[in-house]
Amino acid sequence: MGTVRHEIVIDAPAYAAWDVVTDAGNLHTWFPGLVDSRLEDDLRTIVADNGLEMPERIITNDPLLRRFQYQIEAPLFRHHLGTIDVIELSDDQCIAVYSTDCDPSVLALAIGGASADALQNLKTMCEGAS
Amino acid sequence: MGRKILFITTDQQRYDTIGCNGATFARTPNIDSLAETGIRYERMHNQSVVCMPSRSTMLTGQHQHTHGVWMNGIPLPEDAPSVAADLHTAGYKTALVGKAHFEPFFDPFSRFTENKLSGEGVFTLPSRQADGTIGVHRGFDHMELATHGAVGALHYALDMNVHHPEMVGDFYRVLDNDFEVNAESFGETGAPQVKYNEVPRDLYHTDWVANKTIDWLNTLGQGDDFFCWMSFPDPHHPWDPPTSEKDRVPWRDIDLPDGYIEDRSERERVIDGKPRHWRLWYDGNLVGNYEAPKKWVPSTMTPDQVREVNALNAVEVELIDEAIGRVLATIEARGWTDDVDVIFTTDHGELQGDYGLLFKGPYHTDALMRLPLIWKPAPSASIPSQVVTKPVSMVDLAPTFATIAGLQVPGHMQGNPLPTDDRDAATRGFERSLTAWDCELFGVCMYLRTIHRDGYTATYYLPGTVHDGTEGELYVHAEDPLQRTNRWDDPALRGIRNDLIADLRDHQPPVHDPELPVAAPV
Repeated sequence: MGTVRHEIVIDAPAYAAWDVVTDAGNLHTWFPGLVDSRLEDDLRTIVADNGLEMPERIITNDPLLRRFQYQIEAPLFRHHLGTIDVIELSDDQCIAVYSTDCDPSVLALAIGGASADALQNLKTMCEGAS
Repeated sequence: MGRKILFITTDQQRYDTIGCNGATFARTPNIDSLAETGIRYERMHNQSVVCMPSRSTMLTGQHQHTHGVWMNGIPLPEDAPSVAADLHTAGYKTALVGKAHFEPFFDPFSRFTENKLSGEGVFTLPSRQADGTIGVHRGFDHMELATHGAVGALHYALDMNVHHPEMVGDFYRVLDNDFEVNAESFGETGAPQVKYNEVPRDLYHTDWVANKTIDWLNTLGQGDDFFCWMSFPDPHHPWDPPTSEKDRVPWRDIDLPDGYIEDRSERERVIDGKPRHWRLWYDGNLVGNYEAPKKWVPSTMTPDQVREVNALNAVEVELIDEAIGRVLATIEARGWTDDVDVIFTTDHGELQGDYGLLFKGPYHTDALMRLPLIWKPAPSASIPSQVVTKPVSMVDLAPTFATIAGLQVPGHMQGNPLPTDDRDAATRGFERSLTAWDCELFGVCMYLRTIHRDGYTATYYLPGTVHDGTEGELYVHAEDPLQRTNRWDDPALRGIRNDLIADLRDHQPPVHDPELPVAAPV
């Protein structure tokens, strides 16, 4: 199993970051390399810039913990779990933690690598809006 | 009209694989001819022994910790300094044909520009420059890209998949089903990353790179100044040259290389004298990064496997040499030869059997750090041919390009224009080369800092997964040219060891802030 984790401090309220993270049909607005994301029930389909489509099953959306988890359901993966935690630091500051667990492990680097840029975009969006 | 620059690089090529540096397996008359009429450097070291940091050093003129690409898989920031951009601003036409690898190949979301070009049918895209303006990507008007096969998003792969799809499967599959570096063999000895490739020679990426370089040169006006980086993906593994060429160097007929120790007990005694990760990898118990197959155990390698790898490597080197000859003939036919500087080098070496190992990794010996470097100055510059024995460094390449073009060396560059002889080197203080290794991958981390000076190579290890910070390596090249005897703990050398390490610490380059995250495996 390959595990990659990135985190970023955001100068915005936790609820603001949580709102973006859980707006699952708009992932492409902050996750790099995506041109579209569609949501039907708990199945999100992401579309990469190169046309590649991947289905993702949303398995946790816990507003109390502010934990969002999803699994990529593509044959490339024997296992995938993406976890985004938004943790309140103060009324106007939070930390977002994006973890990627994959088997084959190498895929964690490719997916998790993009998540670092995603967090940066999330920070920009939230701080711009607050 | 000024001097034009043809910068030729290969990938993962040892110092001793070209004729002028003593190669016995491959014949390289074109490269040897450049050396005869130019300057051959006997001690050029890279600042990293893997591709992305090293190539970023060539482009920026900076050490890996300064440009920030401290490990494979980290993209060089789009607005990093670029000597190509400096030349472009000065009016040069600029191209990079072949392997760039400033950005990761493993890119499922197509995030990186290098991987977007072919899909968009273009050869450059607008990109942020170091000065904040928007210009061509990394300063190149034309990027026509290739890597070690016909899979992926680069121009060569697209060409093969569109025009010769039946050939794509003949290349060795670099990654296995788990996306790890493939350990399979399709050769005659069971050596990893070996395959006899049915692709015709003229479709193989070596000739493709030369053809595309010639095509681009032929788009230029007679009076154009140019910086053309022709970057061959070979002789980096996989060793899968066209089968039609394999009889150039029959593996059964070649001697084992000097660096291979045939006697197992002696080989293991030598490895056991080095820091612990050497033996751990040799036994297949630790691969520190993504540079070698995890499922391959070096201690199982046979002498015939070493021969086959070396023979196929030599075949690839010969194809490169002949491709270079064709490009030089084009330059001659255009009437440019008098005004063209040709620089030939590579990004890092290959263990190729040394100590019973293959590939590369955190192993700072000549196999990986000492590189072939030849500079044939434009004849119009009237610089005599020489052999330079003083140490020079990869950070010196970009300042050399700037100087050839008549530019001031930009302040961000950390090297100096290459010396033209040993006296020039002594006068301008060429006395040391520094190399670094950092890797952090799935809980394994290693950090090496190395200096070569006065005929010694010294490495100290920072604390990491298998090192506590007290380990080191010290080699005396005059007595031990193959770096078999680690003298780190030899009391007789304690003074020189302390002096070298103090010098090494004093010359550590500034560190990129913030530290850049790993974005992909490679």
